[in-house]
Amino acid sequence: MTSMTSLTSLTRKQFNKSALAALAGASVLALAACGGSTSPAQSSGAAGGADDAITVYNAQHDSLTQAWVDEFTKETGIKVTIRPGSDLELSNQLVAEGAKSPADVFLTENSPGMTQVENAGLFADTSAKIQEQVPAQYRPSTNKWTGIAARSTVFAYDKTKLNADQLPKSIMDLSDPAWKGRWAASPSGADFQAIVSAMLELEGEDATSKWLTAMKENSKAYKGNSTAMKAVNAGEVEGAIIYHYYWFGDQAKTGENSNNVSLHYFKNEDPGAFVSISGGGVLASSKHQENAQKFLEFVTGKAGQTILQTGGSFEYPVASGVAANDKLVPLADLQAPKIDPAKLNSAKVIDLMTQAGLL
Amino acid sequence: MTSQQSTTAVRKSGAKNLRNAAGGRGSRFGPWPVVVLCLLIAAFSLLPLGFVVVATANAGWDTIATLVFRPRVGELLFNTLSLVLITVPLCVLIGVGGAWLVERTSLAGNKAWAVLLAAPLAIPAFVNSYAWVSAIPSLGGIFGGVLISVLSYFPLVYIPVAAVLSRLDPALEQSAAALGLGPWRVFFRVVLPQLRLATAGGALLVSLHLLAEYGAFAMIAFDTFTTAIYDQFRSTFNGAAANMLASVLVLFCLLLLLAESKTRGSARYARVGAGVQSGPTRLRLGAYQLPGQLALIAVAVLALGVPLWHVGRWLIAGGAEVWMRNDLLTSLLRTLDYGLIGAAVTTVLAFPLAYLVIRHPGPVSTFLEAVNYISSSMPGIVVALALVTITVHNVPAIYQSSLVLVAAYALLFMPRALVNLRAGLAQVPRELDEAARALGKPPLVAFLRVTLRLAAPAAAGGAALVFLGIVNELTATLLLAPNGTRTLATQFWLLSSEIDYMGAAPYALLMILLSAPMTYLLFVQSKKAAGQ
Repeated sequence: MTSMTSLTSLTRKQFNKSALAALAGASVLALAACGGSTSPAQSSGAAGGADDAITVYNAQHDSLTQAWVDEFTKETGIKVTIRPGSDLELSNQLVAEGAKSPADVFLTENSPGMTQVENAGLFADTSAKIQEQVPAQYRPSTNKWTGIAARSTVFAYDKTKLNADQLPKSIMDLSDPAWKGRWAASPSGADFQAIVSAMLELEGEDATSKWLTAMKENSKAYKGNSTAMKAVNAGEVEGAIIYHYYWFGDQAKTGENSNNVSLHYFKNEDPGAFVSISGGGVLASSKHQENAQKFLEFVTGKAGQTILQTGGSFEYPVASGVAANDKLVPLADLQAPKIDPAKLNSAKVIDLMTQAGLL
Repeated sequence: MTSQQSTTAVRKSGAKNLRNAAGGRGSRFGPWPVVVLCLLIAAFSLLPLGFVVVATANAGWDTIATLVFRPRVGELLFNTLSLVLITVPLCVLIGVGGAWLVERTSLAGNKAWAVLLAAPLAIPAFVNSYAWVSAIPSLGGIFGGVLISVLSYFPLVYIPVAAVLSRLDPALEQSAAALGLGPWRVFFRVVLPQLRLATAGGALLVSLHLLAEYGAFAMIAFDTFTTAIYDQFRSTFNGAAANMLASVLVLFCLLLLLAESKTRGSARYARVGAGVQSGPTRLRLGAYQLPGQLALIAVAVLALGVPLWHVGRWLIAGGAEVWMRNDLLTSLLRTLDYGLIGAAVTTVLAFPLAYLVIRHPGPVSTFLEAVNYISSSMPGIVVALALVTITVHNVPAIYQSSLVLVAAYALLFMPRALVNLRAGLAQVPRELDEAARALGKPPLVAFLRVTLRLAAPAAAGGAALVFLGIVNELTATLLLAPNGTRTLATQFWLLSSEIDYMGAAPYALLMILLSAPMTYLLFVQSKKAAGQ
């Protein structure tokens, strides 16, 4: 059990390099000998190939980042290549790649991935303009990365089955046997893992571990928050822990997956009222520092933040004085717990969730 | 440089070979450059297995104990086992039953049914899942997993079994009937045993697909080893837990191979004797015509009707707008690129081994074939995890390059090319090659102009199947695609996992359209190959 803590950090060391190198060498030889000479450079065709083009490792929603990129390229002429992935997949990937990473910018949905890359010493400082545009509460004091958007934890519930007085007062209540089989989440997703990291920070390891074990008993696991919400809407479960914007996004489209669903905000500085900060950072190893900073300046600037206000993402803007879409509950009213994003420990959360059998 | 060396080497040993043949002694292992080449390809194809073994060995007992012997792995084991144990018999039932109805009974419209029962193969399992989730939003659990798997994969049993059934010598059945067996007992005691190889082979294919499938099960929240490994990847990139799950999954695959080889048995069913066998007899269905038709209609509606209907429904709901996405065209082109390059590379890599197996059967070729058999059973997620980890740490020069993705495709789909090439090469008499050499052509020229030319149709057939595999490949592509590269499969996945079902529909349609002609080709080829 004690070895669990260091499991994620073991990964890189644990490969016997010589054995793998021998295997790898054989494969390269075999490929070369057999004339499998597909050019590695072939991939850059889609990227525009220009020297000033930047590569973004993107864990944010594809449609949102695509909207940012389209507008940014239109404004500056700088081409952007996107690699999609999830928060911790890409943060671990950046750490594994180290200084050789092809990434210039890293965008996440939540901050633990940012903190992990920052702790590995891979981020450059954000530019003065970015620090000016983003209020201090939405960026770490180190300024190694910046907040780019925010989202609130909610309990999305089936309004045909639950009344307001039957809702859980705290996210911690969901570990109660009374909730067995009645709620859902997407434990494999970075969003839920960020919520657990907030719980870990606020309630400590024992309480979190107990809660996760109860969750394994009580909850149904879906892949993705949208799918979890869809399950609530279809009456499979009574509620789900997700972020707020899935509901607003679906309502703005057809409402087909959310018309039976209402959102419950825990407020009261509950771990379940956690407001997660999406982050953006420039890699120190980037050979396009200027353009990479420009991209983050754009995202945190008026134009980038306005895309959050008016677009289909329904995430909260956090910078340049841009207000949230007026359909949303204002950030200030959410009574979120105060958490230093630098303290959110993703590796520990993954270990605890693996231990609980959720991963 | 390397290719030049091996060219001259081929020439030299080719000459030796000819001398050997002239002296009446066949060369034992085959021309050594081909042998060396094959050994290199084999070493390359063992990479994923080697990775898992090394990772497990290096993890140490404590890590293995914490990460393998835990309730979650038990759950996954239970899910995966139940999935295989329920799905495979159902696939065999539908596949063999359907094939028998189509090939050996007076089923009306049997020609149309023959194609319709193979057609579901053109619908990728994750598109099928997408359609069924649209139809029944609450679909999930073992029931959902089995439903989608059976509907997606029964053609893997149907196609080879139908091919064999259409070629069976009716004389055996007639003798059995003459000796007093009724029609049912003839079927169970005479026909069914002759289908054993085709059925076991098909069942093995279904099982391996079940172990490797990600998208279809992720969409209905049914967890297997593959989905759990992908979850770990999403949370840790290449963490120890993913590797440990992969090693259990690999063990599973190896056990399946063993089980399949046991069921093959040693009985031989080849027909000996002179004369041409008569065509298969057909059982009169009579009153059973209607139930037979209804059963097949049910299968067709569930396996073809539901997915096509829902893809169509989302396309109509999406209107013109969903076709406006600018990545639709680029991902189509990228898919075609990878499909064509991957198919070419895989076929070229499979050629030396096919050649060795057919022209120089012996311990070396048997060993190499066994290696290929084992390595081809590795699921996409394991292959991808191995390649991404090895390249990021040990071969950064090719990390995230198309080369690695193409290599993964070659690893995954080599058997498809191999099976076809082997059949094709077996049909080319070596005497033709030797005659060309006797007439003064250098061995290499003789090989290129005679053997290669005659084997070309088979090579094309194999390449088409590899292409089909690449178009629908999801897990390895997700992990290994170069930055900015998107294929139809990854875009479809990205959109449908954000439940943008309308946006995903054009990608689904394009994948079906690309797969349909390849599936038809597979169907036609199976009929031809069955006689050999």
